Amino acid sequence: MGNLNLSVLIPIIVYFSLMYIIGIYAAKILSKVAKSKGDGSQYMEEYMTGGRDTGGFVLAMTLVATYLSAGSFIGGPGTAYTIGLAWVFLAMSQMPTGYYTVSVLGKKFAIISRKVNCNTITDFLRARYRSNAVVILASLSIIFFITAAMAAQWIGAARLLQGSTGLDYKVALFFFGITVVVHTAIGGYRGVVLNDTLQGIVMTISTVALFAMVLVKGGGITNIIQNMKAIDPGMISPMGVDPGFTSKAWVTSYWVLVGFAVIGLPSVAQRAMSYKDTKSLSSGIKYGTVVSIVLLLGMHLVGAFGSTLVSGIESGDLVVPTLAVSLFPDVLAGIMLAGPLAAVMSTVDSQLLVVVGAIVNDLYVNYIKPQVAEDAKRVSKLTIGTTIVMGIVTFLLAIDPPELMVWLNLFATAGQISTFLWPTILGLYWKKANKEGAIASMIVGMVSYVIFNYNYPRPLGMHAIVASLILSLIAFVVVSKFTKEPSKDIIETFWGI
Amino acid sequence: MSVKEVDNIKMDSTEGFMEDPRYKQCNKEARYGVILGLLNLVWWYVFGYGLGDKPVEGYTYILGFPSWFFFSCVLGAIVFIGLTFFMVDKLFKHMPLDKFTEEEAKEYLKSIEGKEA
Repeated sequence: MGNLNLSVLIPIIVYFSLMYIIGIYAAKILSKVAKSKGDGSQYMEEYMTGGRDTGGFVLAMTLVATYLSAGSFIGGPGTAYTIGLAWVFLAMSQMPTGYYTVSVLGKKFAIISRKVNCNTITDFLRARYRSNAVVILASLSIIFFITAAMAAQWIGAARLLQGSTGLDYKVALFFFGITVVVHTAIGGYRGVVLNDTLQGIVMTISTVALFAMVLVKGGGITNIIQNMKAIDPGMISPMGVDPGFTSKAWVTSYWVLVGFAVIGLPSVAQRAMSYKDTKSLSSGIKYGTVVSIVLLLGMHLVGAFGSTLVSGIESGDLVVPTLAVSLFPDVLAGIMLAGPLAAVMSTVDSQLLVVVGAIVNDLYVNYIKPQVAEDAKRVSKLTIGTTIVMGIVTFLLAIDPPELMVWLNLFATAGQISTFLWPTILGLYWKKANKEGAIASMIVGMVSYVIFNYNYPRPLGMHAIVASLILSLIAFVVVSKFTKEPSKDIIETFWGI
Repeated sequence: MSVKEVDNIKMDSTEGFMEDPRYKQCNKEARYGVILGLLNLVWWYVFGYGLGDKPVEGYTYILGFPSWFFFSCVLGAIVFIGLTFFMVDKLFKHMPLDKFTEEEAKEYLKSIEGKEA
């Protein structure tokens, strides 16, 4: 590991420094709020939602950057490298995500979150169902699943840094981790979304540049496609190189996991309650759709096309870094690699904030010391302290991942979705949704997903999430029908003026 | 919306309170989102598998891409970006997001009534 590649490392250091500057800027606004308003709840609102002041472009960028993670920037293109256009096709099933998520949660979600003053998705569930069991299930789901998912993403980012710059793994991990923790801890939501915006821009530039380079080096689309066909005709068929693996039912059902059900991810829902006004929402949807489609199509095509340029890359995770380093001169390669790093960082900073929200806002202030909420200074110490502690926990998990973490990460996305999707949507649109139904759906969704995965990984040929979402929907509706309707007071708060 | 309908909203609510007048539009917009998402899925599936699920030797090509991929993923992306812009600009309506007082709610109802008349 002795040979550091400085010309790749330096652009990345410059890029990381920018994150700190943005963090400090956001921290200044935060400290103004902490000083001017003595009330801790005001501080919490500013920390978790940026004072509900997010404009259109920033909203779009933070949404896209949050839900496009290492999966879409490293793993996905890596798989497209071996499977070909079928995997690009699969990735493109999430085309609707940019407009779908925010339209469905919609203005109603924004209006209600202002009415009941919620800062996190769990706040929303607490106000809607008034049940400790719901709040605790939701918070624990966030803490365990998201922490595991974060650690896994940190590992990916550190490997990427290690592979391209020659840094030692632990040094790379530390370097990455401290950047995330510092800008999140001091900047809160505002720091995170501003950073996401920068990262979204970096991701876009690096995608477009990589794609253009691959096109030029490959001799144009026609040439590349014919070369892919020569490697294996399956590379240019939607059935893939192994039709048993990329079967129609399975590929199509991916739409549920990465498109439809993204509404259930707390870090995404968080964004849907924090935009400033309906103008921001409109432009957020428009920009968000364009940017997410360009990034998804571009990056996955880079992976698929890359198979004709550099052959024999063993691990899927190394495809994008290897292409960047072999196609670009070093300094530019560093800038290109900032793209995938940005994809990871913008996902984990939002996740970190959601975990901190669950611990401080949803559990500590609610159940342990409610009086803390009065005092902005103490809330601020508590949130910053928790962010740092969670950063250290994630760092330790990423150095030596325990089995439990690996297991949790496997179920992280589906786990969050089965906990939050139906309680959020039905809570928003169905008056009869009650707490018993919500609890039933959370438990059925989670348990059935785990059981399917171990015993019957593709029920009806589809991804297991589909069957477990159907079961948890049935559980929700049936249990709600047979138990007491929500109180009049709840209905009036949510549906009245 | 006529004055009579405005009254109806109040009378209709069997729970004995006035429903937030913005929700009608909110629900509509959510429905548009779902419909567009489903259309998108159908487009993606029909062109992708409709043109692609056959021997590779018989493929036709557009701009170098196999036609299934071009229609499903490239043209599909352009069409649905266009439809998203249409949906947001023409079908979505701007509204305040803060909690209404009763007066504000009535004023809001009047304002949409004015626009639709």
